Amino acid sequence: MNKIESKNVHLYYGDFHALKGISMSIQENTVTALIGPSGCGKSTYLRLFNRMNDLIDNVRIEGDILLDGRDIYKKNIGMRIDELRKKVGMVFQKPNPFPKTIFENVAYGLRVNGIDHRSFIEERVETSLRQAALWEEVKDKLKKSAFELSGGQQQRLCIARALAIEPSVLLMDEPASALDPISTSKIEELIYELKTKYTIIIVTHNMQQAGRVSDRTAFFYLGDLIEYDDTPVIFTNPKDIRTQSYVTGRFG
Amino acid sequence: MKRKFKQFTEKLIEGLLLISGSLTSITVLLIVIFLFKEGLGLFTTSPMENKNVIVVNKLNPVEHLTAGQIKKIFDQEITNWKDLGGKNDTILLFTINDLSNYFSEEEIGENFEYLPEKLNSIVDSIPNLLAVYTDKYLVKELKGKIVKVDKNNIPDFILGREWFPTAEPAVQLGVLPLILGTLLVSIFAILFALPIGIATSIYMAEVANERVRKILKPIIELLAGIPSVVYGFFGLIVIVPLIHDTFNLPVGETALAGSIVLAIMALPTIITVSEDAIRNTPRSMKEASLALGANRWQTIHRVVLPYSMSGITAAAILGIGRAIGETMAVLMVTGNAAVMPHSLLQPVRTIPATIAAELGEAPQGGVHYQALFALGCILFILTLLINIWVEYVSSKQKFKK
Ligand SMILES: Nc1ncnc2c1ncn2[C@@H]1O[C@H](COP(=O)(O)OP(=O)(O)OP(=O)(O)O)[C@@H](O)[C@H]1O
Ligand SMILES: [Mg+2]
Repeated sequence: MNKIESKNVHLYYGDFHALKGISMSIQENTVTALIGPSGCGKSTYLRLFNRMNDLIDNVRIEGDILLDGRDIYKKNIGMRIDELRKKVGMVFQKPNPFPKTIFENVAYGLRVNGIDHRSFIEERVETSLRQAALWEEVKDKLKKSAFELSGGQQQRLCIARALAIEPSVLLMDEPASALDPISTSKIEELIYELKTKYTIIIVTHNMQQAGRVSDRTAFFYLGDLIEYDDTPVIFTNPKDIRTQSYVTGRFG
Repeated sequence: MKRKFKQFTEKLIEGLLLISGSLTSITVLLIVIFLFKEGLGLFTTSPMENKNVIVVNKLNPVEHLTAGQIKKIFDQEITNWKDLGGKNDTILLFTINDLSNYFSEEEIGENFEYLPEKLNSIVDSIPNLLAVYTDKYLVKELKGKIVKVDKNNIPDFILGREWFPTAEPAVQLGVLPLILGTLLVSIFAILFALPIGIATSIYMAEVANERVRKILKPIIELLAGIPSVVYGFFGLIVIVPLIHDTFNLPVGETALAGSIVLAIMALPTIITVSEDAIRNTPRSMKEASLALGANRWQTIHRVVLPYSMSGITAAAILGIGRAIGETMAVLMVTGNAAVMPHSLLQPVRTIPATIAAELGEAPQGGVHYQALFALGCILFILTLLINIWVEYVSSKQKFKK
């Protein structure tokens, strides 16, 4: 079964037509890369899956998006927004930890979802930090402010924070673009490991990164989904000339 | 040539900025120095007004008195020398007004030329006498003894409970009721204003849509521009009668009225400053919270407020600053009774209101005048302390995060 399915999705920012009928299905436990030139709608599309665009005034959305076969936008019959956000975690472009301790950052999602049980929270914080490959570095300073970590550590903290509520889907919007090469490769390794448990959608401008981490790649251009295929196909044998010129670096 | 000119103007502007900067600092410094110079002068002077002296019989063991004791003697609260460390004997008070009880007009002389001698003899002959008269009637060979009066001093000034700056013969300069009045009114003003102010700023920054905000914002800014006398009128006409009726009080001019008026006055500052702080919370942080399944209120409570805490604290400082220093409106609605405040439903008097009301009638350079400046110093120190305290609290809070 498809984990995620979008059917002919249109999105308008006021009069601006940002997504023009996107249909695509995503399999469970795969990594899907969204690529394309700046402003083509990758972030907009990604943010549809946890309804982040709802925060913006004057946004209009048409079409259907299904998660586990259930519509996430239909009121009443669809999935409730808090239920959805527990299932779909998100990692943002810039590390954005809360002004709290490292521990409280990871525990945040549990607490706001009504979990108070102390030992349960402690256990989950440790597991999430281990999954994010950060535990060894921070286990002695869990009570320190998250702002004391380096940028790369902060981003892995944000990943741990997203993992703590055990989502099944992880959205990542250019998660390594603000990081140095070493932190970037750590994040990439992480994505590779997380794939066994999560369905991951990642936006990236880095072609090598898309090639390394993803199973499937979608190329967006001016609000259209131009091509969506297995990653090796997109990079070596694309069908559309625009995809080819983009992945070979001739525009974008 | 052109380049030279440009360089010159740059230097000129730099110089002007430097001058205005240092001028401001110097002015502030001078004001503080002036304030403290005038105020501290109080503690080198005596509370005896009009060069009055106190003279007693030579055998009387009492050497000195405080301003408070003198007042009690005149109020007949102290009537025995025993209470002042003397012998067990009633105090016989004598002032110039009592003169006719002892001497005829001929004995004193037409131009009071025999008065000093007569005063001297009466002090000599009556052992339990306490005479108060001006020092120009003192004779060279005094048969009595001058009782020293303690100078005005800081502990009595701050802890004294009686404020009668024009009392005769010794002024009573206890400012504790005024300090407590100021604190009471200001603290309750902030207690009223902070919750409402923060709630409003959250509403404006996080809840209200753009249209509502566009209407609300100028109204609140307008509120900040209204002169304080107008707030005073409002308090006098609306709040004072309301309190009078609600609590069934003899007078509606109470500390509560002052607190409410001050709270309204402090609101615009609190709202504008904390709204800015709340608005400064990065969007990414709010999104992170929402993406983790938090609802809007959880996000405000757990992320937005902690993030903007230092800004909200700054808003509180500014609010308190405004409340403590506010003069006119408070003067109009608090009833201005310089008594120790015991409840909110009682007239009180604040430091700024006292200064404003009394400075006009205090002769320049006199004890009263200096006392008002000393009050100004206390006000200054009070605001300074509050600033330091809040700064400390907010820095601690930041550390905790
Ligand atoms: N809040 C918004 N209001 C109006 N237009 C927006 C808004 N957010 C994005 N857009 C527009 O929608 C289009 C797609 O934006 P989006 O952020 O999805 O691009 P992107 O592919 O993620 O670009 P980048 O690679 O630079 O992040 C852009 O033209 C952008 O200007
Ligand atoms: Mg983007």
